[in-house]
Amino acid sequence: MTRDIIIIGSGPAGLTAAIYTARANLAPLVIEGEPSSTSDQPGGQLMLTTEVENFPGFPDGIMGPELMMKFREQAARFGAEFLTAKVTKVDFSERPFKVWVRDDLYTADAIIVSTGAQSIMLGLEAEQRLLGHGLSTCATCDGFFFRGHEIAVVGGGDSAMEEALFLTKFATKVTIIHRRDALRASKIMQERAMANERIAFRWNGVVADLVGTDKLEGVVVQDTVTGERETLPVTGLFVAIGHRPNTDLFQGVLDMEDTGYLMTKSGSSYTNVDGVFACGDVQDHTYRQAITAAGSGCMAAIDAERWLEATRHA
Amino acid sequence: MADGIITLTTSTFDETVQSSDQPVIVDFWAEWCGPCKMIAPILSELATELAGQLKVAKLNVDDHPDLAMRFNVMSIPTLLVFDGGEVRKRLVGAKGKGQLLQELGEFLGTSSR
Repeated sequence: MTRDIIIIGSGPAGLTAAIYTARANLAPLVIEGEPSSTSDQPGGQLMLTTEVENFPGFPDGIMGPELMMKFREQAARFGAEFLTAKVTKVDFSERPFKVWVRDDLYTADAIIVSTGAQSIMLGLEAEQRLLGHGLSTCATCDGFFFRGHEIAVVGGGDSAMEEALFLTKFATKVTIIHRRDALRASKIMQERAMANERIAFRWNGVVADLVGTDKLEGVVVQDTVTGERETLPVTGLFVAIGHRPNTDLFQGVLDMEDTGYLMTKSGSSYTNVDGVFACGDVQDHTYRQAITAAGSGCMAAIDAERWLEATRHA
Repeated sequence: MADGIITLTTSTFDETVQSSDQPVIVDFWAEWCGPCKMIAPILSELATELAGQLKVAKLNVDDHPDLAMRFNVMSIPTLLVFDGGEVRKRLVGAKGKGQLLQELGEFLGTSSR
């Protein structure tokens, strides 16, 4: 059976596209991804956050996972169908478009790509060994285990500040390691971090190595100015150094920038393939907010709906 | 254990994993862990589908930090597979059903021993 539309990915962009296309009676299939402890999972990056304070409509804030559950319920209410799996291959060379989950083939006349972005890891050899043994990708999951410890967060953006602030509930000291001498986080988050007595900063530092065989015992920090190395004796390290778009599936299929972000026609969600639309962080390296992702998901839904109608009545 | 999952506590932990004639997979989880919630329905399915081959149990680390510490759990979800009372496998982080089944393959089909 060929569907009207398949949505790949289920963060704010994908689920907003699902709400709109479901309400337009297009019965979307949302291939939502698979559980993981990184941001590459159903619900997307918000699944790893705590309080979301800037999503309009929630004056008292809302927990990230709860917000995403509400998005999902709203889409399901209008008939969106969900498949908890990861797309393994696509063929957009002819219509209907083909999407595979391992050996299972799904086809649709239109596709919305909203695969988002995932956290970048350090790329160190010790990383695999120490992941889950002091090294963590999820502060909300693992902060609890560092009660009374001294730990570190690497990164200088809003995610790094949010994680550091959250972790001060447990750790006695949180050192933020940042490669430059100024943060790129928003002013409000910077101020909160600077004002917190448990937070210290290690400026101009990059994580060069991790110490410890079966659990983390320290982090080797290299100074970006002097080149000198020192070992920070921490038992926990949380990584928040940025994101990369999840576009491996679309290499050679959809036009993308050198950084991997999908290219869309200005002011729309159109990709270079007629009938394939992109929305959310997978095509946005500028704003990257839940609300902008949701807005672009709405654009993709309306673009797809109009495109389907025009194509069918042509 | 309406969903076929055994809820472990400090007082039942050793007895349960050591006396079992089947491998026991223990899910170390907590209420505040998003990825833990994502895998909960998968574990319920496994408990049903693998009944007779494997037991599925869960341990709340908030209520029982002593056990989390004893097994060096510093990240959740962590799944420990016990066989003959010993930890045979450690799976850190949430995973999809397919990947879990693959990881558990070596413990399945041994129920006749």
